[in-house]
Amino acid sequence: MASNYNAKEEDGHQPAAIGHGGAGTVKNKKPDNTAFKQQRLPAWQPILTAGTVLPAFFVIGLIFIPIGIGLFVTSNNIKELEVTLTNYSVWLAIFHPCYNCSQSYSWNSTKPCTCSVPFSLDQPFESNVFMYYGLSNFYQNHRRYVKSRDDSQLNGDKASLKSPSKECEPYRTSDEKPIAPCGAIANSLFNDTLELYYIDPNGSRTAIPLVKKGIAWWTDKHVKFRNPGGNDNLTVVFQGTSKPVNWRKSVYELDPSDPDNNGFINEDFIVWMRTAALPTFRKLYRIIHKKPNMTPTLPLGRYILEVTYNYPVRSFEGRKRMILSTISWMGGKNPFLGIAYITVGSVCFFLGIVLLIIHHKYGNRNHSADIRS
Amino acid sequence: MLRRRLNRLFGRDERRVDSRTIYVGHRPCPATDAFIPPKFCDNRIVSSKYTVWNFLPKNLFEQFRRIANFYFLIIFLVQVIVDTPTSPVTSGLPLFFVITVTAIKQGYEDWLRHKADNEVNKYLVTVLEDGRRTRKESEKIKVGDVVEVVEDETFPCDLILLQSSREDETCFVTTASLDGESNHKTHYTVPDTEKGLESLSATVECEQPQPDLYKFVGRMHIYKNDQEPAVRSLGPENLLLKGATLKNTQKIYGVAVYSGMETKMALNYQGKSQKRSVVEKSINAFLLVYLCILVSKALVCTTLKYVWQSQPGQEEPWYNQKTQKEKDANLYLNMFTDFLSFMVLFNFIIPVSMYVTVEMQKFLGSFFISWDKDFFDPEIQEGALVNTSDLNEELGQVEYVFTDKTGTLTQNSMEFIECCIDGFQYKNRDSSTELDGFCVTDGPVSMLQQKAGREEEELFLRALCLCHTVQVKESTGQEDGVGDQVDGVLGLDGEMVHPAELRGFIASSPDEVALVKGAMKYGFTFLGMESKNMRVMNRDKDVETYELLHVLNFDPVRRRMSVIVRSNCGDIMLFCKGADSSIFPRVRQEEVDRISMHVERNATEGYRTLCVAYKLLSSEEYAQADAGLREARLALDDREEKLMAVYNQVETGMSLIGATAVEDRLQEEAAETMEALQRAGMKVWVLTGDKMETAKSTCYACRLFQRGTELLELTVRTLEDGGRRREERLHEVLLDYHKRAVQDPPPVKTRVTRSWTSAKQDYGFIIDGATLSLVFNSSPDSSHYKSLFLQICQNCTTVLCCRMAPLQKAQIVNMVKNSKGSPITLSIGDGANDVSMILEAHIGIGIKGKEGRQAVRNSDYAIPKLKHLKKLLLGHGHLYYVRIAHLVQYFFYKNLCFILPQFLYQFFCGSSQQPLYDAAYLTMYNICFTSMPILAYSLLEQHICMEVLMSNATLYRDVAKNAMLRWSPFLYWTLLGVYQGLLFFFGVRFLFSNPALQDNGQVFGNWSYGTIVFTVLVFTVTLKLAMDTRHWTWINHFVIWGSLAFYMVFSFFWGGIIWPFLRQQRLYFVFANMLRSVSAWLVIILLILLSLLPEILLLVLRKPRWPHSRQKKPLVQSGEGETQSSARPLLMRTFSDESNTIL
Repeated sequence: MASNYNAKEEDGHQPAAIGHGGAGTVKNKKPDNTAFKQQRLPAWQPILTAGTVLPAFFVIGLIFIPIGIGLFVTSNNIKELEVTLTNYSVWLAIFHPCYNCSQSYSWNSTKPCTCSVPFSLDQPFESNVFMYYGLSNFYQNHRRYVKSRDDSQLNGDKASLKSPSKECEPYRTSDEKPIAPCGAIANSLFNDTLELYYIDPNGSRTAIPLVKKGIAWWTDKHVKFRNPGGNDNLTVVFQGTSKPVNWRKSVYELDPSDPDNNGFINEDFIVWMRTAALPTFRKLYRIIHKKPNMTPTLPLGRYILEVTYNYPVRSFEGRKRMILSTISWMGGKNPFLGIAYITVGSVCFFLGIVLLIIHHKYGNRNHSADIRS
Repeated sequence: MLRRRLNRLFGRDERRVDSRTIYVGHRPCPATDAFIPPKFCDNRIVSSKYTVWNFLPKNLFEQFRRIANFYFLIIFLVQVIVDTPTSPVTSGLPLFFVITVTAIKQGYEDWLRHKADNEVNKYLVTVLEDGRRTRKESEKIKVGDVVEVVEDETFPCDLILLQSSREDETCFVTTASLDGESNHKTHYTVPDTEKGLESLSATVECEQPQPDLYKFVGRMHIYKNDQEPAVRSLGPENLLLKGATLKNTQKIYGVAVYSGMETKMALNYQGKSQKRSVVEKSINAFLLVYLCILVSKALVCTTLKYVWQSQPGQEEPWYNQKTQKEKDANLYLNMFTDFLSFMVLFNFIIPVSMYVTVEMQKFLGSFFISWDKDFFDPEIQEGALVNTSDLNEELGQVEYVFTDKTGTLTQNSMEFIECCIDGFQYKNRDSSTELDGFCVTDGPVSMLQQKAGREEEELFLRALCLCHTVQVKESTGQEDGVGDQVDGVLGLDGEMVHPAELRGFIASSPDEVALVKGAMKYGFTFLGMESKNMRVMNRDKDVETYELLHVLNFDPVRRRMSVIVRSNCGDIMLFCKGADSSIFPRVRQEEVDRISMHVERNATEGYRTLCVAYKLLSSEEYAQADAGLREARLALDDREEKLMAVYNQVETGMSLIGATAVEDRLQEEAAETMEALQRAGMKVWVLTGDKMETAKSTCYACRLFQRGTELLELTVRTLEDGGRRREERLHEVLLDYHKRAVQDPPPVKTRVTRSWTSAKQDYGFIIDGATLSLVFNSSPDSSHYKSLFLQICQNCTTVLCCRMAPLQKAQIVNMVKNSKGSPITLSIGDGANDVSMILEAHIGIGIKGKEGRQAVRNSDYAIPKLKHLKKLLLGHGHLYYVRIAHLVQYFFYKNLCFILPQFLYQFFCGSSQQPLYDAAYLTMYNICFTSMPILAYSLLEQHICMEVLMSNATLYRDVAKNAMLRWSPFLYWTLLGVYQGLLFFFGVRFLFSNPALQDNGQVFGNWSYGTIVFTVLVFTVTLKLAMDTRHWTWINHFVIWGSLAFYMVFSFFWGGIIWPFLRQQRLYFVFANMLRSVSAWLVIILLILLSLLPEILLLVLRKPRWPHSRQKKPLVQSGEGETQSSARPLLMRTFSDESNTIL
């Protein structure tokens, strides 16, 4: 990009108006001769012409295409497997193992429903494997839903614990007692339990260890969400509050085994509380850490997913799925970025060529026209 | 008999409501039986608008009368009342800011007015009360009080001058603060009131207050010892106006006649009507489009919402129940509130901040005009003056320029060139004018060497010395303020101190001074007035004294003035000077023949000529004239008509003694300026009160008419040629001209080329006032004639309208202003007679000339010289237009791509009015993140530098006709906004098809989505502006990169703290987490680049149309040489008996 740096010549510092006959008494209204007031500030005046912008196109093309290829390859190397837990295609639905469970419309069925979904991996999953649950047609970004929470309650504020924000309505109080955690988001916490078993070739089931820590943002876990009055004696702290109406157990019973993962700082809870951007979303459920030895985290073979099916999605025609995915430096599998980069890069390169041709063919004519005027 | 007449007058006067009676010193008068002190308003001046109590409600009311403010108030109220997605703060805060800033500004201005009012009202003045001098505050002066004013004080109210400390019963005042004329004006005391003010018993009868500064009619009855009351007429010369300053006089006494808000100054104080610019109209049109977009968006969303909700399970899924209140609400009411909510959600598309920014841009931008040192004129020590900042951009849109001639195109600085006495030419040899050479070859050479008789010579010179209203400036030692102009004044003893440079003459018209100075060159020096005696030093250094008996004032109808003086030896003489046409019929014919030749020759040389005549009055004649004049002056009604009749009667049978020639020079660079304006595509119309021949010659001199210009004349003379009725002839001529100029013009359209003048036959049109009124008023076909006339005029490059009355000037401007396409008009003038057209035109420009300050006060912009018009229009105007047009387009664009993603998001969140961006971003976007760069751009941008704009006038045509704010550029910007908005939203949408964007597998939520979109948006919008910036000063760099940096810092800060006062910590660490994700970075870079790609492409494909570089030397004008040659030789300036300068 060519440019000419052009400091406008200043007329120098004009000596103060030489007092001639009576000028001392006449108020000197002569405008100041400063560069700013005379609109003569030194200025850089970029000149964008075909000749100067053309290389930019090639440079963009040359940078973007490799990046795009890199992204595309990375994305393709990520292994991802989706297991449908609810299938609504009419013909196949009844053959799905979770068909019966998924028929439940509401929370009223107190009896837990379990089903096991078998699936198999064609190729082993190396390194850490991340286990997501996905929901479709679930409007976590609905305005009424998004605002139905009380962040100061979740931050451990005791006053808010006893009198939650009005935004939590109609999930603010139950039986005259304040709900903790209040609001629609908390109330609809995803409460299915997913367990993964590897089926050895000999037919025995090996439970795969699922780590439930490290799934929420560090800052959420340690700053934004806090239990009122520390993590001990949650039962005492939450006395006088009521559990959300849809919950089977109170908030202090979310993970009784680990005080650092109980109450408001339960990571499953925190993950759920970060409302998704789109009605079809996935949320991190568990992490399968890679084994210290060289064996793959998930070897190829048959697996069984044991689902405690509590979460009804049928009423709003939602779909539920489980996703196993490895992660690269760019995150999960998403070919979009790679394709976009390659496309933009190619387009730029192509445009560069076209413009170059135009420039060479017609450039001279323009030039002569310039001179003529 | 007198008594009877008086009684009759009395009786009539009492019935008349429009006169008031004032008892001087509140003393009852013998004539009136019952003394009822009349009620008049007090002397308090109130120019302030508000008081402490009513400021808040009144100011708020006035602010919310603005449609934009009202709209934002409604939005704010909706947010308060209805449950809306964004908090009321988001729109309340900017609105509050705007309202507060405006209120503070207006409050401050009003406070200043209060202060000024108080200064005036609390000023201590001396009042004579029952013979004692008491000090009291100015506001307590009552009508009828006798007030004492000392030198350099301003008059506290309108006073009738009763007594002056000067011997000659006069006083001097300056009315600089009223009409800006800084010369000293003489006012006279009422006769017979000088002695014994304490016991003076008198009444003043005068008209009710009226705003005309120069009109006053009244009468004073003085009662003495039960005698018949003496009656004295009162005129403007007896009235001292509030606001004027006493000069050269130690003290005066006067009786208050008008006080407070009834003074002429207060009555003249009135706000000008607001002029609105075309840009503002464009903004309003665009606003309407955006309002439609807004409403349709809200409608679409509302419809979608209810369609979506009608599907089973969608309205109220188990995880997202409504509250009981929501369930109970009426469906239709819900729909309505939903609609309002959507309106609120999308209301940012019409930003408050645009109004603020536009206002600020105009206000701050106008400083550059007053700061410009090119507009500084060392002569008057002043630069340009900006009276309104609303019209800056209009300066770049001018299509028609209406200019006055005298004082605007010409300097109105007169120089005595030569005179002709009794047919012999006297020429000042050392006058260094360019015309010196060829005079000799022209005219009666033979007579040049001869001289007229000494007697005639002296008579002529005496006439020049006596027949005028010039004053000699006295130095009192206190006026060093204008010291450089007063040196060389006469000493007190009447001896000349510096005879060579006598500059102490003050007159209302410059050519009177020129004549007096001219007489001085030939040895006759006017020494000044001494109590009605005019003192003249003749060639023998003897002082002659003449008693000034009467001044027969100049007026534009008579076009002459006279004085009646009595010489030492008792001869009563009348000297008259005036236009040849008004003098010749009143003198003997054989004298005319000798002199008219000279007059005509002088007129052809472009000089203003005046003829001088005299007449010896016998004592009987004088007595008759004197009586007539006195009687006429006493009249309350029709005084002017009666005076006129007497004047005409006296000024007959004179003998012509000579003629003078005075040169009125063209303004500096007048021709170059006019040429530049024409090349810039403006049509120049000259509207003057002057004669056609004079005006025509000026037009030639200014290169408005050129050698090749075909002149179409439509004057009384052409109409009378045929000897038929004027109307018929008018019709014929109009049709003929129409055929020539409109119907078959050369097929070559005026392309934007520099040599267009030679490509096409130019027409110049000349019309005079009488014909114009015929065109306007000839009854049935008036509109037909008018449109014919207009069409002809529009096809002419220059139109000259001569013999115009001020009102006709305004009429013409109005006609053009309202013609098809409503072109932008600009009027430029310097005198009071131009005020009407200055006010009428879209832009009024005043020249700080010599004819007072009336024009300047009423103008929108005032410049010291005509030549400055070129830079004002071609430089500043062009830049301001480009700046503000870009500002407006950019504002709409940036808010469109701001709100469009928000709209699109509604399709993905169940049309639930969920905002995409956080409330802080919604509020700050227009206030902080994107406002400063565009403001800096709109103040500093010079897409083409000033020098190139000035030297290449045709560039002005590139922005003509509101080129940057028409629908096609608007469409372009809108499409760009839509494209980018779509890109932002869907780009991130595809990225979020897998929300696991971090390398630890954690997912992003909806606020991360919004933040990514917003980051792309802020960067794109700012970089788009950066790409449009052609003039990068350090301020631009600072503001553009600064606001991007500010966005980053703010986002970190906003997300870095758990804010105790917020209910939701939505953005906690969202921004920081976003930056940790490589994918987010990549998508941001990609989207920014992709959004700007079409812009870059256009930039490349578009030919660089303008020379950007300052170093590129100005383009050579092809037509230059030709026009240069065509202008000068035409020195056929003709007859000039111009008169509107002798006011």
